[in-house]
Amino acid sequence: MEKIVYQKSKGLTDAELHYCPGCTHGTIHKLVAESLEELGLVGTTVGIAPVGCSVFAYNYFACDMQEAAHGRAPAVATGIKRTHPELTVFTYQGDGDLAAIGTAEIVHSAMRGEKITTIFVNNAIYGMTGGQMAPTTLVGQKATTAPYGRQQDHYGSPIRMCELLSTIDGTAYAERVTVTDIPNLMKAKRAIKKAFTLQQQGAGFTFVEVLSTCPTNWGMTPLKAIDWLKNNMIPYFPLGVYADRTEEAK
Amino acid sequence: MAKELWKGNEAIAEAAIKAGCKFFFGYPITPQNEIPEYFSKRLPEVSGCFLQAESEIAAINMVYGAAGAGSRVMTSSSSPGISLKQEGITYIACAELPAVIVNMMRGGPGLGNIAPSQADYYQATRGGGNGDYRTVVLAPATIQEATDLVQEAFDIADMYRIPVVVLADGMIGQMMEAIEWRTPKKRELPKKTWATDGTKLQRQHNIVNSLFIDAGDCTVQNQKLAKKYEAIVQNEIKYSITGEEDPEVVFVAYGTMSRVARAACMRLNEQGIKASLFRPITLWPFPTEQLKAEAVKPNVKAVITVELSMGQMVDDVKIAVEGAKKVSFVGTGGGIIPTPQEIEEAAKKILGR
Repeated sequence: MEKIVYQKSKGLTDAELHYCPGCTHGTIHKLVAESLEELGLVGTTVGIAPVGCSVFAYNYFACDMQEAAHGRAPAVATGIKRTHPELTVFTYQGDGDLAAIGTAEIVHSAMRGEKITTIFVNNAIYGMTGGQMAPTTLVGQKATTAPYGRQQDHYGSPIRMCELLSTIDGTAYAERVTVTDIPNLMKAKRAIKKAFTLQQQGAGFTFVEVLSTCPTNWGMTPLKAIDWLKNNMIPYFPLGVYADRTEEAK
Repeated sequence: MAKELWKGNEAIAEAAIKAGCKFFFGYPITPQNEIPEYFSKRLPEVSGCFLQAESEIAAINMVYGAAGAGSRVMTSSSSPGISLKQEGITYIACAELPAVIVNMMRGGPGLGNIAPSQADYYQATRGGGNGDYRTVVLAPATIQEATDLVQEAFDIADMYRIPVVVLADGMIGQMMEAIEWRTPKKRELPKKTWATDGTKLQRQHNIVNSLFIDAGDCTVQNQKLAKKYEAIVQNEIKYSITGEEDPEVVFVAYGTMSRVARAACMRLNEQGIKASLFRPITLWPFPTEQLKAEAVKPNVKAVITVELSMGQMVDDVKIAVEGAKKVSFVGTGGGIIPTPQEIEEAAKKILGR
């Protein structure tokens, strides 16, 4: 008799992912889907897809989905959550979507303590549009709109969203994780599950930033990209819990 | 039912609540602030939710989310704020979500002023945002009509899955008039089987979306929208005609300006110059055929469009009249409301009297 040792999460549909080889979006989708499934939330969740590489996320998650205008996912999520407080609502956003054009929406959703979860995928570049500079692009990092590398005196330093949002009282939980290896992957999943669990408990705004790779636009092999993330992104965007305003933490 | 004295903005908010709207997302801007203020007090009383957003952009996207999850929802603003909402409105139109948007127009362009204006006619009737889409545009001339139309706006929105704009101005919003609460004609509304309110693991996931990356799919969506708009043109046109039945001059005006034009019309009739007033109530769909029928009456010598703008609806009037009669424009943008005397004199000049 055959024994099933692995099954794709029921939180995902059978649609074929469009992501580039080596991109970590697929892994992050899997962690979100497994978390929803394990918490029994797939049938009562609405996800919001951003504009960017993960724009087609609405095809991949098995829960109900809405596609938002660029940067507006937290506002769309707010509209759903305020009219359907019983639903679990999450946004899935990239760094251009969340930390550039959608800065006002994410900051004010946090301020209101909006009972939603945001999965923030930070790969330090605009992927979908072809490798332009992001607000999280590192100083010196090359991009198609920063061919000499990001210059600090021209664009300033990259924005750290976990740190910024953690200063806001409405942020119940903010953690930065990555998916470069199995231990980190397990930590990332624990963080995502915790965020959804806290949302269930009505804790407030919950935020999980996932440092991610973009081999295509970084111009690296997937393995080199993982190394680059470890050596360059983690020192500037340190992993860890930035806010935990839950009863448990107190 | 007894008549009640209501301020326009507050009456509009109460009409929405009577229509079953329990959710409002907005951002302050004059001259429509009494709408959010009223909702902020009343919605908690009906177990609804009022939320003041961080911007008009956020507010319209909250409307998108709420509408996509199947709720009756509304936002309101005034001209510059409506400009900011255009991105959200085109997404709502393409994703085929029902929503009601009130624009209490003020002077423009730019920051303009807070005086009554009708200068957002183009923006409202031509879509306003990117792409080929329409919004139904309802233009009340009295507070009574505003309360009637706001209630109907929710039904039209649900019936066709379309954003409906209620286009009024600071005058309608700020003044008080006696009204009677009435309910719109009952419609059979389709069930919102498309709403993202949780699959309950009982169905495939619903997707609210305005992205059709494949050219074939996007073409199909454009053609589907066009077909829907055609049905709205067939079914939803509203207008009124008052004054002489065999006019020499036909005024065309909507909203606040139609009330001044009506006074001018009556003054001319008293002097033996036969005049009628054609008042579009739906600006989109525009009552094109109906206006042409009035304009081509044998004794009509002049069709005069009167607007609180530099002349926008006059384009639709010319399209309707198809060159059969001379179409003139009287009016101005900026907040100065022409008097009945000024309109009367302009009409006489056009008629050569």
